[in-house]
Amino acid sequence: MRRFGSFVQKEFYHIFRDWRTLLILIGMPVAQILLFGYAITNEIQEAEIVIIDHSKTPESREISSRILESEYFRQSNQMVSEADLETLFRRGKIKQAVIIPANFARDFNTMGRANLQVIADASDPNTANITYNYTSSIVQQFTVEKTDVFSIPYRIRVFPVMMYNPELKGVFLFVPGTISVILMLISAMMTSISITREKELGTMEILLATPMAPVQIIVAKVIPYLFLALFNAFGVLVLGYFVFKVPIEGSLALLLGETALFVTTALSLGIFISSRTNSQQVALMASLMGLMLPTILLSGFIFPIENMPVVLQVISNIVPAKWFIVIIKGIMIKGQGIEYFWKETLVLVGFTLLFVVLSIKSFKLRLS
Amino acid sequence: MIEVKNISKSYAGISAIKDITFTVEKGKLFGFIGPDGAGKTTLIRILTTLLLPDKGEARVGDLDVVDDFKKLRKSIGYMPGRFSLYEDLSVKENLSLFAAIFGTTIEKNYHLIEDIYKQIEPFRNRRAGALSGGMKQKLALSCAMIHAPEVIFLDEPTTGVDPVSRKEFWQMLRKLKDAGITILVSTPYMDEAALCDEVALIQDGDVLQIDSPQDIIESYGNMLFSIPGHVGFELIDRLRKADGVQNAYLFGEEIRMVFKETIEQDSVQHIVQSVGVPGELIRPVTPTVEDCFIQLMQKQE
Repeated sequence: MRRFGSFVQKEFYHIFRDWRTLLILIGMPVAQILLFGYAITNEIQEAEIVIIDHSKTPESREISSRILESEYFRQSNQMVSEADLETLFRRGKIKQAVIIPANFARDFNTMGRANLQVIADASDPNTANITYNYTSSIVQQFTVEKTDVFSIPYRIRVFPVMMYNPELKGVFLFVPGTISVILMLISAMMTSISITREKELGTMEILLATPMAPVQIIVAKVIPYLFLALFNAFGVLVLGYFVFKVPIEGSLALLLGETALFVTTALSLGIFISSRTNSQQVALMASLMGLMLPTILLSGFIFPIENMPVVLQVISNIVPAKWFIVIIKGIMIKGQGIEYFWKETLVLVGFTLLFVVLSIKSFKLRLS
Repeated sequence: MIEVKNISKSYAGISAIKDITFTVEKGKLFGFIGPDGAGKTTLIRILTTLLLPDKGEARVGDLDVVDDFKKLRKSIGYMPGRFSLYEDLSVKENLSLFAAIFGTTIEKNYHLIEDIYKQIEPFRNRRAGALSGGMKQKLALSCAMIHAPEVIFLDEPTTGVDPVSRKEFWQMLRKLKDAGITILVSTPYMDEAALCDEVALIQDGDVLQIDSPQDIIESYGNMLFSIPGHVGFELIDRLRKADGVQNAYLFGEEIRMVFKETIEQDSVQHIVQSVGVPGELIRPVTPTVEDCFIQLMQKQE
């Protein structure tokens, strides 16, 4: 036991004495969560638009101001006519134009029905769709308020209720996903170089000639990084909660527990990579490049797994982050308890055990 | 204490050691002498359980290096050729770590390493990476000795160490030997052979001769002469071609000449003068282990 304790202590020394690496390991997740949280978003804010109002009535002015007062749009400062629109679109000055025809107010008040044209820049179809949807919902709201519902029979109105995320905020999706990806990459990277470093520095040669068992070496290497990874996990959760205002609806203890499990999975994957590689460079490449794409693309972080071809759906099952994203979203956004994701939890436990066993099995007892 | 029987090992078809057999008795200081690439490190790694031999078997104590490797790792001390301690740990931390790994403490076995460790103790809080070459060797030896092994393996411990530290290091080895510890040490320095009880001269994975240094020198068999101060490759070439000369080679600041048969001093002077060297300079010398090594290499060719 004292042998094991001393070895753990030695691993702590390695970490704390290499303070440059330590700073990177602590700073990187913070930088990444801020970067991802702000950069990866499909929300539109303050898109530049023009409104050409031919009606010039109180009604048309009200609808214009409602559109412009929303946080989504901003009036482009040019006063324009229809003739200029194409040039403005082509130069990318505006994302959308709204044209209110001259007979807008008259039609609206007499027939209860009026036309309004929306022209969007569909060279970016996503943005075009989103700005159109924002505009039409503002117009819809206006119509509902101005119309006496009972005067027009046979009309079906849809009342959408967006559960758990009423404002359809993108960060709700991205922050839990980002947390998973960052914890996966950082944790796996940290341990992936720990055994290869000993191989490279030659200390493995002397270590092998001692009675240290592979399981002791491997577990002793994971423990200090577990503390570091938990510290990182706590940091990104705090940032998600305070900076991106992602709620934590469920139990905080459960969230921390599941996060601890997930970083352990990632650390054991890292140690497995370390036991199979001979240089720190290869180990880093494997843990960063090799894990980054599958973790980002196949975890359901950006692209829904249900929409993927069956082959990719099957492959996605071996991406640990996929299971953790289900868990973390369940706890943070839906406020679920463990009864909803005990299967995912077991999968992570299984991965962890598998990686630890594989690491011990692939640990070379001799120099090759 | 160490028994090696017909051990062979090759890497990717290139043979590193060929069919080596020898025995080291308990309490002896055994030297493994040969140039770089002779197979010294491979043999030491096989004996320290770090490599598997392709053929043959070896035992250290009563333990087989392949089958009983776990037990063996508890009872041997090993100092690799490359400095292999943790450079970001201090002198004291390295030593306590290795003591703990072997389930002992510095205090318990301090008497064993006292002579060596005393010299680096003033720097006990210094990082191992910041030590000088000689001090690193002392620390590595201390770490290899801290669990009181019965046998220690040292792979080129004096390579890259200054002459004074080298001498000190060999004094330490003699002391450990006097304390009853069996030592197997490899070195490329022929002059260190004389400090061993017994040596194996190896070249290209083959053992050329195994004996005590005295017996190796006595078995030399030829007459050896030295011409001091006359260093020049052209001259050596002319000497080699002279009558009755078996070999002539550079040896430090002098030229050494070996004659095929027993020869009178007068005839030697005559031969030497015929190639333009003043005859009175040449004098007979006793061979060293290096001369023996050169002779053995020539015989092999």
